Amino acid sequence: MGSPELVKVIATFDSPFSHRAEAALRLKGVPYELVLEDLRNKSDLLLTHNPVHKMVPVLLHGGRAVCESLVIVEYVDETFQGPPLLPADPHRRATARIWARFIDDKCTKPLWLALWTNGDAQEGFVKEIKENLALLEGQLNGKRFFGGDAVGYLDVAASPFAYWLEVLEEVSGVSLATADEYPDLCRWAKEYTSDDKVMKCLPDRAKLLAHFTAMKDRYITTARSTATNCLPA
Amino acid sequence: MAATEEVTLLDLWASPFGQRCRIALAEKKVEYEYIEQNLADKSELLLRSNPVHKKIPVLLHAGRSICESLLIVEYIDETWPSPSPLLPADDPYARARARFWARYVDDKLFDCQTRLWKLKSGEPAHEQAKEDLVQALTTLEAELGDRDYFGGEAFGFVDVALVPFTAWFHTYEKFGGGVAEELCPRLVAWAHRCKERNSVAMAIADPHKLYDFVLYLKQKFGAK
Repeated sequence: MGSPELVKVIATFDSPFSHRAEAALRLKGVPYELVLEDLRNKSDLLLTHNPVHKMVPVLLHGGRAVCESLVIVEYVDETFQGPPLLPADPHRRATARIWARFIDDKCTKPLWLALWTNGDAQEGFVKEIKENLALLEGQLNGKRFFGGDAVGYLDVAASPFAYWLEVLEEVSGVSLATADEYPDLCRWAKEYTSDDKVMKCLPDRAKLLAHFTAMKDRYITTARSTATNCLPA
Repeated sequence: MAATEEVTLLDLWASPFGQRCRIALAEKKVEYEYIEQNLADKSELLLRSNPVHKKIPVLLHAGRSICESLLIVEYIDETWPSPSPLLPADDPYARARARFWARYVDDKLFDCQTRLWKLKSGEPAHEQAKEDLVQALTTLEAELGDRDYFGGEAFGFVDVALVPFTAWFHTYEKFGGGVAEELCPRLVAWAHRCKERNSVAMAIADPHKLYDFVLYLKQKFGAK
């Protein structure tokens, strides 16, 4: 298995979801072309290939488009040779997928709202994300990576917490995951970001910091509006 | 081989997520014990099996638990590859498309229908929920196109993911979400085609019974 057709990734430099797609390709040793998108002025390429969500990342392979970052990671794992990102055993695969879903469904929104809201609402989101990070950290269970000895699917899925979280904490002034509170998670973050394949597709920290700083006011406005519109539980 | 060990499903009769699992197990002809859960008074078994979310459905197999309905269906498909493969084994692109559309059902359709019954009728947010529901159904209708099933000629993963929600068409109409036969006639025809399969007919809820249940949910959990 494997394919000579050119692979492209439509991405933005700052998005951890775009990173997931690139990380999967690099871990499998697949060369690709990066196409950077301006989300304020979406290209025809993006709109044609992700008409449903109009979001990055999108993987283009042999003229066909794969959308949604975790779907892309599994597609890359199944299509290309190289070290497997998901284990072979169905239950271990299900467990990795469950925790990746947990990250996307239960962590990203409260994380975002914890960073940019204020008052009682913020307290609630901070409590929620801290509890959920603790649950995620528990999955490491003394291992070097979520995947065991090597970077795997769940490590790639959890990458927002390996690199982006710390930069966002600096910009927002909100501390969510100190090394004292989350020793395993922080140790894992260093391991993940030191991997020689992963580090090649991490955005430059200074550039990321400058970008988030420039966007801070907009993040605050939209986060506070989102928080007030949240459905009653 | 682990596949022959005991299988249990913790579920709730009305849950479209639980129904997905029941359909998948039936397609694979896997015998299992069904245990109806009372979510107002969660059982020890449920709390132990899904300690993080405490939600149904949960599949118990060979002493291990799996939660999240789409992941349960994938697990069932991988553990019992035949009969009736739900994801094509040798086509990563088709698998990616199936996963994408199954997630769309969860992220878009389920979200809209929840807002439709939870929010107060007449409010702008409720009007938005109606619009979003129409959009979601129209998108799914376009994706199905002229095919018999979402995967093409064979009943598969996306069909399993979506078909339980067809019992909700009657509820959508009652809450102002539009008439399915007008909005998405191909989906309606596809739903009838799916219901010819025993696995589907046995699993999905009666639309009128479901509507009564949603009224109860609205009274209990809806915006006042």
